[in-house]
Amino acid sequence: MKKTLIAGLSAIFLLYSCNEKKENKPQPIHVYEKDGVKVNAYDYNGLEYFLTKSNDTTYVVNFWATWCVPCVEELPYFEKLNAGYADKKVKVLLVSLDMHKKIESNLIPFIENKKLQSDVVLLRDPDADTWIRKIDTTWSGAIPATIIYNKDNRKFFEQQFTYEELEKELNNFIKP
Amino acid sequence: MKTLKFLGAFAIIGLLFAFTAAKTVSGYQVGDVATDFSLKNIDGKKVSLKDFKDAKGYIVVFTCNHCPYAQAYEDRIVALDKKYKKQGYPVIAINPNNPEKQKDDSFEKMQARAKEKGFTFPYLLDEGQKIYPQYGATKTPHVYVLQKTAKGNVVKYIGAIDDNYEDEAAVTKKYVEDAVNSLLKGKEVSVKETKAIGCSIKA
Repeated sequence: MKKTLIAGLSAIFLLYSCNEKKENKPQPIHVYEKDGVKVNAYDYNGLEYFLTKSNDTTYVVNFWATWCVPCVEELPYFEKLNAGYADKKVKVLLVSLDMHKKIESNLIPFIENKKLQSDVVLLRDPDADTWIRKIDTTWSGAIPATIIYNKDNRKFFEQQFTYEELEKELNNFIKP
Repeated sequence: MKTLKFLGAFAIIGLLFAFTAAKTVSGYQVGDVATDFSLKNIDGKKVSLKDFKDAKGYIVVFTCNHCPYAQAYEDRIVALDKKYKKQGYPVIAINPNNPEKQKDDSFEKMQARAKEKGFTFPYLLDEGQKIYPQYGATKTPHVYVLQKTAKGNVVKYIGAIDDNYEDEAAVTKKYVEDAVNSLLKGKEVSVKETKAIGCSIKA
């Protein structure tokens, strides 16, 4: 009797944890909305989900801000990558570090003007000393910065990219 | 035996390489002696650390005009100077950016910004971008707290000013103040290094 109970409980637990896994997409800590454009804000705990997915897609995660000139310069390359490699299971995520008071006034108008197609989320977490180290131990905190990862590999870049450089790095991930 | 010697030689060469590589990329670590410099201040005069005869140390801040992160900290940098200059730790601000790459960080605009914000400290231009790589600064703002000792100006803290750039009222850890307070009491700095977001330096 006891044994069946334990087995039953474990089964329920297993089912539950599987469900958990599917449902573990984090809730944003805030949703900014203007002109029909929505931007989800996450703290680092929430963002981590987007940096650690384990499936057949390769993710290119770029840390940027509208005020960061080199970031804005390289942004079209990420857009080009997102469009051109969509059929090769590549997804770009643009993680904005804009100040939270400037989302409606700067970030959303920027997304509209540039007609950004890649997903944009906001990382809103003041404890940078903790999450910068978690994202990569070598990161000094300067932006732009980029992570390319899939379930097998991960590489961090504290640099500004040209399209050729970016494509070359990506190809190291998607070539068999 | 021969192979062993051979392997040993390889290991030594490898180690040497590892050391030189690490040294060239990383700039100063806590405990290193920081270089002095002679850089042009916004009043046109050259400023060096050694000019501050009575200083016990320095709060060297790599900062600039254009970066919103740096701007968010301007008032707090002025406050640091006002509080600690009289206690022997003046702020020395250095703009590491190449004005040809970043027009808002030109010498003239530095003068204007300093006046507008009431800077109480030297605001120096790293002409030719020669000093910031020696320190290993990568972004603005990027702080180095130095302590004057017999062997030179020793790096005691590297990193952010505090733990909340957006909202001064929500700051819970004042890293630079804590570091300088410890040094003034003759104590070891407890948090020696922190990371923060900033604008990459444009050389």
